[in-house]
Amino acid sequence: MTLDLFLQHLSNGISLGSLYALIAIGYTMVYGVLRLINFAHGDIFMMATYFAFFGIVTFRIPWFITFPLVLVLTAALGMTVEAVAYRPIREAPKISILISAIGASFFLENLTIVLFGGVPKPFPAPTLFTDVVQVGTVAIQKLTFYIPIVTVLSLLALLYLINKTKTGMAMRAVSMDQETARVMGININHTIAFTFGLGSFLAAVGGIMWGMKFPQIQPLMGVIPGLKCFIAAVIGGIGNIGGAVIGGFILGIGEIMLVAFLPNLTGYRDAFAFVLLILILLSKPTGILGEKTAEKV
Amino acid sequence: MLKIEDLVVAYGGIEALKGISLEVEEGKIITLVGANGAGKSTTLRTVMGLVKPVSGRIFFQEKDLLAEKTHHLAQLQITLVPEGRRIFPKLTVMENLRIGAYCRRDEKEIKTDLEWVFSLFPILQERSWQLAGTLSGGEQQMLAVGRALMSRPRLLMMDEPSLGLAPLLVKEIFRIIKEINRQGVTILLIEQNANAALQIADRGYVMETGRIVLEGSGRELLANQEVKAAYLGKRRDQG
Ligand SMILES: Nc1ncnc2c1ncn2[C@@H]1O[C@H](COP(=O)(O)OP(=O)(O)O)[C@@H](O)[C@H]1O
Ligand SMILES: [Mg+2]
Repeated sequence: MTLDLFLQHLSNGISLGSLYALIAIGYTMVYGVLRLINFAHGDIFMMATYFAFFGIVTFRIPWFITFPLVLVLTAALGMTVEAVAYRPIREAPKISILISAIGASFFLENLTIVLFGGVPKPFPAPTLFTDVVQVGTVAIQKLTFYIPIVTVLSLLALLYLINKTKTGMAMRAVSMDQETARVMGININHTIAFTFGLGSFLAAVGGIMWGMKFPQIQPLMGVIPGLKCFIAAVIGGIGNIGGAVIGGFILGIGEIMLVAFLPNLTGYRDAFAFVLLILILLSKPTGILGEKTAEKV
Repeated sequence: MLKIEDLVVAYGGIEALKGISLEVEEGKIITLVGANGAGKSTTLRTVMGLVKPVSGRIFFQEKDLLAEKTHHLAQLQITLVPEGRRIFPKLTVMENLRIGAYCRRDEKEIKTDLEWVFSLFPILQERSWQLAGTLSGGEQQMLAVGRALMSRPRLLMMDEPSLGLAPLLVKEIFRIIKEINRQGVTILLIEQNANAALQIADRGYVMETGRIVLEGSGRELLANQEVKAAYLGKRRDQG
């Protein structure tokens, strides 16, 4: 393999890893505040691509207006899922909430099929992003550079929000001790809704870029990426945002490199995530950055 | 200031409070003493809205507290130092104090109160950038009290603040409770350490299995034979 080719694979891996990271954060943040796997997260990601499709293709709204709208709508969708599927049964046994999560996922998938049809649709990617540039001897889509940049900027904004703002402090407090957070005057319903909104917002950022990179959308497109990003979050240590990012990049780069170096295994591409999950959990059950929760009495 | 009337609380059919009434007068230190399981924590948790009662009423300056959500109480300037401290272990000491002032917008006044808390607990200032979970038990207790003070409470409820602390620290905590009260904060203090609590209290209530069995001024209760026998570790005949 030439260096050029290797760099091309690497850049591909980094951009795929970026997308995984953006989606994985949503899983990990919701887990952080509710100890719940939001199985509908992959479908919220899918919905974002449909919102973009309708904005640009159906309503002919320019992309630079459509994309921000998609982010807001997707955040609202995430908050709606929380309010409808999780909030009413928050005090119920874990298994009920889990079933509700799976139900919410199936509901979104089937709603999409009923409303928009099961036939794949082309994602309306602006050529501005999909243009190809020649780097040395290889041709690379501009998108491949934009994706990591947008991801890093989103991550910096997220870290600022979580670590430096009052809302972020409330999110962290709620994730540690809901009851005491309430005593401090924090409205935990607002904080939890905000967390879903934020996770969905990032999934939409990922969804828009995913649509441009793999420009075909369909109602079940969120299932496999959703599963992989859930795995990425677990590999990194669920509940830990940095872990979700690391997990996302490991999966994205690993998957691309697997196919590049071992083309015979191309068919096992999707299995890679699961094998890696098993290997990492065998050696570190709480994930790479996960820690055991030890409480001081 | 705070008035509890005929409060009945049950956990899944088992009554933890069987109709208690008590009153906290503004500016005073009131203490609620009693053995483990008597229902002391349940009383405070019900005032905070963390537990819903079967029946009874709770008023804070004529306001019906049972109609308020827990997160509104901070705005009414009622707060709780929970049993077992419950500091946020992965927030820094400073963030824990800041979150105590979560409902406040008066940044200037918050700074003033931060100075006040640091003057009460100098160790917290030294440790302000440390994660709260790395503090020792005593320091965590001070942080829990400091955090509560940051809401600038009018009514401060404390659930066994001296539990598990070394004797010297216990003395220190009680000294600080008195000092906080001197600065105008009304205090409802729960203790198993009945002796120390009754010494600083204006009024005390003794609880036994969900009922209030005795009440009186701190002095009266300290001198009471039954209290001595049951809670102060002294035998009746030794007087
Ligand atoms: N969450 C709970 N679920 C069931 N029973 C409880 C719960 N909390 C307290 N109890 C019971 O209620 C009674 C009073 O407990 P508590 O208020 O914690 O007493 P104290 O603070 O005086 O030790 C005890 O019998 C205790 O076992
Ligand atoms: Mg107790």
